[in-house]
Amino acid sequence: MNTAGIVMRLAWRNLWRNYRRTIIMLMAISIGAWAMIFMIAMLRGMVGDMIRDGINALPGVVQVHHPDYRDDPSVENLITMPSGEIESVFKEAQIQYFSPRVRVPAIVTSERASRGVTLVGVDPAKESLIQAVGSNIGEGRNLESVDDSGVVIGHRLANKLETSVGKRIVLMSQDRNNEVVDRGYRVIGLFTAKLPAQEEMFVFSGRTVVQKMLGIGDAVSEVAVSGPDYKLVEPLVQEVRQIFNGSEEVLSWQELDEYLSAMMGIIDGFVFVWIVVIFLALSFGLVNTLVMAIFERVREIGLMLALGMRPASILSQIIVESVFLLLIGLAIGNVLAYVTMLMLPAGIDISDLADGMELMGASDVLHPTINVKDIIIVNTFVLFLGVLASLSPAWKASRYEPVEAITKV
Amino acid sequence: MTAIRCINVCKTYHQGRDEIKALDHVDLAIDEGAFVCVSAPSGGGKTTLLNAIGGLDMPDSGEVWIGDTRIDQLNKGELAELRLRHIGFVFQAYNLIPVLTARENVEFVMEVRGVPSVERQKKSREILQEVGLEDLEGRRPAEMSGGQQQRVAVARAIVTDPSLVLADEPTANLDSKTSEGLMDLFAKLNKDHGTTFVISTHDRRVMAHARRLVKMLDGCIVEDIRQKGT
Ligand SMILES: Nc1ncnc2c1ncn2[C@@H]1O[C@H](COP(=O)(O)OP(=O)(O)O)[C@@H](O)[C@H]1O
Ligand SMILES: [Mg+2]
Repeated sequence: MNTAGIVMRLAWRNLWRNYRRTIIMLMAISIGAWAMIFMIAMLRGMVGDMIRDGINALPGVVQVHHPDYRDDPSVENLITMPSGEIESVFKEAQIQYFSPRVRVPAIVTSERASRGVTLVGVDPAKESLIQAVGSNIGEGRNLESVDDSGVVIGHRLANKLETSVGKRIVLMSQDRNNEVVDRGYRVIGLFTAKLPAQEEMFVFSGRTVVQKMLGIGDAVSEVAVSGPDYKLVEPLVQEVRQIFNGSEEVLSWQELDEYLSAMMGIIDGFVFVWIVVIFLALSFGLVNTLVMAIFERVREIGLMLALGMRPASILSQIIVESVFLLLIGLAIGNVLAYVTMLMLPAGIDISDLADGMELMGASDVLHPTINVKDIIIVNTFVLFLGVLASLSPAWKASRYEPVEAITKV
Repeated sequence: MTAIRCINVCKTYHQGRDEIKALDHVDLAIDEGAFVCVSAPSGGGKTTLLNAIGGLDMPDSGEVWIGDTRIDQLNKGELAELRLRHIGFVFQAYNLIPVLTARENVEFVMEVRGVPSVERQKKSREILQEVGLEDLEGRRPAEMSGGQQQRVAVARAIVTDPSLVLADEPTANLDSKTSEGLMDLFAKLNKDHGTTFVISTHDRRVMAHARRLVKMLDGCIVEDIRQKGT
């Protein structure tokens, strides 16, 4: 029996019968959908920033180390492949963003104070490609080449050491024979970083200068590799693993930073709870609306049944009406969310809040991020559960006794 | 051939402590192509009888046959199918779907049956013309008078050319001229198509059209009169 046409027509007309109620319900659904999408975008933006900043602390969504380096980050655990060879094999593999570094613990001493830091010997041209922490120079200049003998330190470190651009500092570390080596450097620039800890932690200089100081020839302690999207990290890991063929440890940022990847998992859970809470509020409204609508239509539903329409057609009429309501509401909600995103500046300044959030690794500018997958999940979820919630009132309507409905005067 | 047979049909309603015998041992046989009027004062059991015959309500005891089908033993789905395919209904209290126009209401049963739209349109236009509502086909029930609504209901009942039409006080809301016209239409369909009509009424003019008049009182058939054809 082909009743689809009449079922759709009845559902559509009934939807607009009490248009005020319908519009209120539409508003509820669209605001609900908007809130879901928008909040998720904010959360995603926050986590995205956290991860990006975290990775950018010493960038590289993938990092290569000697297998023992992470336990003991000293000059004893260097990558066996010299940096010259690393450059040529990476070029051959057409990996664009990579940077071989020397990275060792060191002590920095000024005329006034001394502190423990991480000395990083870099190739500034490569670091700027992957936008390392030290590349945001607030004062002075950046390193210019791989054999630049100046150092770039963070603003905060400069304050602690009571030093400034142009002054000299001494860096001390150990060579391969556990002998202390040191060298004087001139401070050429101060960098700013999103996280204060980073400003106090890192000291950058030209790679060959640091290599010479440590007496390690052309060896490096880490290769940072970056890709276009931090989420698509697996293929890159595979590629880099192939290059080193098992001799070094190749890890993605998730493995390097378990805190960040745990955050990702928590956010997914958070998003889900958020959707469920909003939906629960919505579904009460939806079910209530349907129950009222059905109650008002007892007689005509009875009439349709009396004339020989199948209960299944009554059921689908109510479901289709609910689907129309949900679809229109969702469409408006999606458009609203999209427009809100367009209207927002590229980043929201939350610096008032950010001081408190910094501990979590959040930065002070939030970039809401709409994710197609989230939108699909929100819409399917609302539609699916909305239909599920409509089943009970629809079922009740289809069970009416026609004769009672018809003879009621 | 017998179109309808009721054997010892009883239906009792309970209202608080009171028992209301709406149908009290009713025996009735109606031939195919008959034109029967059931008349009774209000509360006499007309609607209950028509609902039992139409498969809308189950009697407490007894048998109801339509043709050679015993319908008081059918399940809900089979009853719905029977109503949809074979019976045209005009109900006493409530007849039209408010969100559909006059023409859509007339076409409702055809549409549920799956009649193609071209054929539906042709038939519904013809029948609306016959009941004098061709100008109101786009109106919704709320925009029509009680009499006009009643005529739409009648149009829907007969548009599918059913073998049986059950009309419960179809002229209750009509002026005498319109109700005369309606009865003429019923009589014509009865004569041309052999459609069986069972009409309940307490309108004397309607009774005058019937070839057979069944009088009821308190759920019992008290008189069964065969009249000369009109
Ligand atoms: N659903 C019901 N519940 C209780 N009593 C009913 C119900 N339907 C009908 N009755 C009673 O049954 C009797 C017959 O009613 P009905 O068949 O509607 O009479 P008529 O159509 O001739 O006016 C009346 O006394 C009426 O009050
Ligand atoms: Mg009645």
